[in-house]
Amino acid sequence: MDILFFVIQIIAVPAISPLLIGVIRKIKALMQNRVGADVWQPYRDLRKLFQKDEIISNEASWVTRYFPYLIFAITVLLGAAVPLVTSVSPELVLGEWGVFSLAPLSDFIVIVYLFALATFLLVLIGMDQGSAFGGFGSSREMMVSALAEGGFFFALFTVSIATQTGSVMDMVSSGMTNVPLLTLLPLLIAFIGFFLVLLAENARFPFDNPATHLELTMIHEAMILDLSGKRLALMEWAAANKLMIFVALGANLFFPFGVSMTSGFGEEWTFAFPIFIVKVLIFALAIALIESLMAKFRIFRLPDVLFTSFILSVIAIGIYVGAYV
Amino acid sequence: MDIFFHTQTFIVVLALYAGTAVLSLFAFWQVRDGGRTANRVAHFGACLASLLLLAFSVGVFLDGEGKALSFASPFPGIYFAFRIDGLAAFFLGLIGGIAALASWFGVSYQKHFIGKYNLGFFGFFYNAFLLGMVLAVSANQALFFLFAWELMSLASYFLVIFDREDTRNIRAGFLYLLMTQLGTVFIACALFLAYKATGSFDFDVWRLVGLAALSPVWQGVLFGSVLIGFGTKAGIIPLHIWLPEAHPAAPSHVSALMSGVMIKTAIFMIIRFFFDFFPGAPLEWGLVILILGAISSLLGVLYALSEHDIKRLLAYHSVENIGIILLGVGAALVFAGYGLQDFFVFALVAALFHTANHAIFKSLLFMTSGVVVGVTGTRNMEAYGGLIRVLPYSAFFFLIGSMAISAFPPFNGFASEWLVFQSLFVGVAASSLVVKMTFLASIASLSFTGGLAMACFAKAFGITFLGRRRESVSVEHNTSKKEKMSWLVHLPMGVLAILTLALGIGAPFVVSFLVGIVASLVFGTGGETLVFPYLQFMGMSENFSSILPVHGTAVALVVFVAVIGASVGWLTRKRKVTLAPTWDCGMPLSPKMQITATSFSRSLVIIFRGILRPTKQSDVEYRDAETRYFTSVQSVKTDFFDVYRNYVFHPIAQAIGYFSDRVKKIQSGNVNVYMLYVFITLIVLLILTMQ
Repeated sequence: MDILFFVIQIIAVPAISPLLIGVIRKIKALMQNRVGADVWQPYRDLRKLFQKDEIISNEASWVTRYFPYLIFAITVLLGAAVPLVTSVSPELVLGEWGVFSLAPLSDFIVIVYLFALATFLLVLIGMDQGSAFGGFGSSREMMVSALAEGGFFFALFTVSIATQTGSVMDMVSSGMTNVPLLTLLPLLIAFIGFFLVLLAENARFPFDNPATHLELTMIHEAMILDLSGKRLALMEWAAANKLMIFVALGANLFFPFGVSMTSGFGEEWTFAFPIFIVKVLIFALAIALIESLMAKFRIFRLPDVLFTSFILSVIAIGIYVGAYV
Repeated sequence: MDIFFHTQTFIVVLALYAGTAVLSLFAFWQVRDGGRTANRVAHFGACLASLLLLAFSVGVFLDGEGKALSFASPFPGIYFAFRIDGLAAFFLGLIGGIAALASWFGVSYQKHFIGKYNLGFFGFFYNAFLLGMVLAVSANQALFFLFAWELMSLASYFLVIFDREDTRNIRAGFLYLLMTQLGTVFIACALFLAYKATGSFDFDVWRLVGLAALSPVWQGVLFGSVLIGFGTKAGIIPLHIWLPEAHPAAPSHVSALMSGVMIKTAIFMIIRFFFDFFPGAPLEWGLVILILGAISSLLGVLYALSEHDIKRLLAYHSVENIGIILLGVGAALVFAGYGLQDFFVFALVAALFHTANHAIFKSLLFMTSGVVVGVTGTRNMEAYGGLIRVLPYSAFFFLIGSMAISAFPPFNGFASEWLVFQSLFVGVAASSLVVKMTFLASIASLSFTGGLAMACFAKAFGITFLGRRRESVSVEHNTSKKEKMSWLVHLPMGVLAILTLALGIGAPFVVSFLVGIVASLVFGTGGETLVFPYLQFMGMSENFSSILPVHGTAVALVVFVAVIGASVGWLTRKRKVTLAPTWDCGMPLSPKMQITATSFSRSLVIIFRGILRPTKQSDVEYRDAETRYFTSVQSVKTDFFDVYRNYVFHPIAQAIGYFSDRVKKIQSGNVNVYMLYVFITLIVLLILTMQ
């Protein structure tokens, strides 16, 4: 039973992340008066890509060959480290070998820097083929995520100060019990900052358009332009995982209601699971609405948004630190 | 093993450095082979001495007992006193380890200077430089320390100007000399103020007597002089201007030593002054250091981002990392002011850990960039591209170094930056609002520094090693030949790369070890005995080291990558892989049709244009001067406005020039007038002494 729960915790994010992408696309299609593909289409896309043969640029080095695996593994790893339905870190008791625990990964600095590592590797893939598109995609991605890192860090730091812990799992469990209602205002301000980072880091409107290929303004798609077959599938899947993780962080850290605090499928699970689904759907709706209702920003407007996100979190910490600590 | 515990070993190390210095001069004059022998003698000798030094400092730790010895000297007021306690042994070990690897690397690196320059002189100054560093860290007497410090500075000046055919190097060397002497003035000022307070040049007496005899204002002057004097050597902004000039000018393994170790001796002395000699400095000094650290780290990485000279880029990253170290030191000083012993130790451990880590990955990066410069013959990153096929090993090691310096888990840079973050978090809970906000600003600066460092090294690695070749490199540099594995070149890189990973994963052990050093420094038994009982502080260290998330992260990362890689690889084993040209929209791609170093960081430069002040000069020449329709030559020159030179150093230089002009008026050239001056001075002095 323990092993089963452990495995489920690890494969949960990669298993449901394509569905989240499918749901967002479906909502967007409905907003645009289209029928749209059904929500399972991303799974079919992945299967198709995995079955295809592959073309690798002859300029490409081992960077292109091996980094997609690394990036995908990092996102799966982080998926296991963030709270989804339960706020208990995956643990596997290995008898006399001790315990294989993923609790260290739940430290918020580790999460920020592991995402940064995934971005770094992705940027290198973009530059590896010597394509004109890839390089510029990399440069833009670096611009966005270098500036987003401050906002991301500070949004999580706000929650960390409010809950007095560094682990995102503990933030959820102590968020439900210890944090006074008064801190709701700083947390809400920090959440707005976090949501802006979510859009930036996942190449969503108003930062990037996830639906286009070959538009000169694109960021994420430009970097993976020369990938195909299973490597493209891994990168697409990793991007979906990343979105899922950000949504889970946003849903559970800032609104920690209904998260199960025990491991295993106990009684709490029956409530926690539907609540989690509802929260994720609200996020999907919000993202789809933003993408349907607003246009992409000019690239040099993006830093303003990112600095806004950072400053919102700083204000949140300022209010919290000034008023409560 | 026992022999490493003896103080005599230390004397042997010193003698070996000095002997190698002289011997390489002799080897150059006696053996007429263009310096081949001298090169080997200089580097292998230095390597041997450094290994012995490393063994000695390990011996000090195993022994658990500090070493002290002193000799009389023929000069008045100075005697050769050494004191090797935990902190000094830590820095000696760092010097020994990095110097051994750099010297090993230097044997093959210096080969291209054979027959061109006098390698005997190089060997002399190289070993003198190492000797100076060792003496500066172990000296226990102020004047002796000053002598060692100057030996280190002057010897490194000669190493900077070693490649003297390039006039830029001469200018860089002169700037370095000027700045380092400026720093020495302030250091000397601090030392003499301490003498005034304690009546002795002996560091042991300083520890006992303290600064009570000085008024608070003079204490402030002393601490300020310490910060300016040693800050110049460390490269704190705005005193950093020599660093991006001098580090690239020196040969690469010397750059590794200067950037990895030499600037750390300044950190060592700052720690000595603020925590060992005269503890109890007001908390405000901690805030000052924090602000300096925050500024240095953020601006350092921004300047690095705007560079496209690979070694200057690395030099600016030294400024950044010194800033991170200072964040730890400043936090420690604030906690000491509050009397929070545990957090104080924690913050200082973070600073020391980052010191060691920076020494390791920065040496690695300088060595690999040395190989790149050696192959391409230029430091300009715009000329690189696609070098991963020519230099597969160096590319790999550069990537490791880049990931470590960008603080990605599980490498060592992450471990120490994590510790610095944690110690800064503590400060946010302080009661004073000013302290709170300073810490918050430091955290903000450090979090942005992380993101920008990542951008900078994505650029450094991507532009240098990935993509296609950009320019035809000059004929003398053959870039078609693939790099071969060589013990002389790749062994030190391999050792350093393993160390970045080992110190990352093994961070808890390193932390408990450093806690011992810091605890013995702070709660030690004073100047009399040198026993540092770090074992008894291990209990305290457990609380710190068990919370580090590095180890678990590393294990999980390895397991996941292995499992996922293997399963995806196995499931898709039947898919074919075809090699084909990069997709080119139907237009053949030329080497120029890819992103350059300048344009990669251009968007970030534009965002931070208020700080970086980029300048752009366009120039157009027309074929028809009258109508101006057809252009013949169009050029754009981008550069950066140097704030420090124009707003800080230039006004100072002008002021000095102005006053010198005024003073010149009393120098008429008439001997009688000078006699009068001498006479007046004599009278005034006599009156003064009469009173």
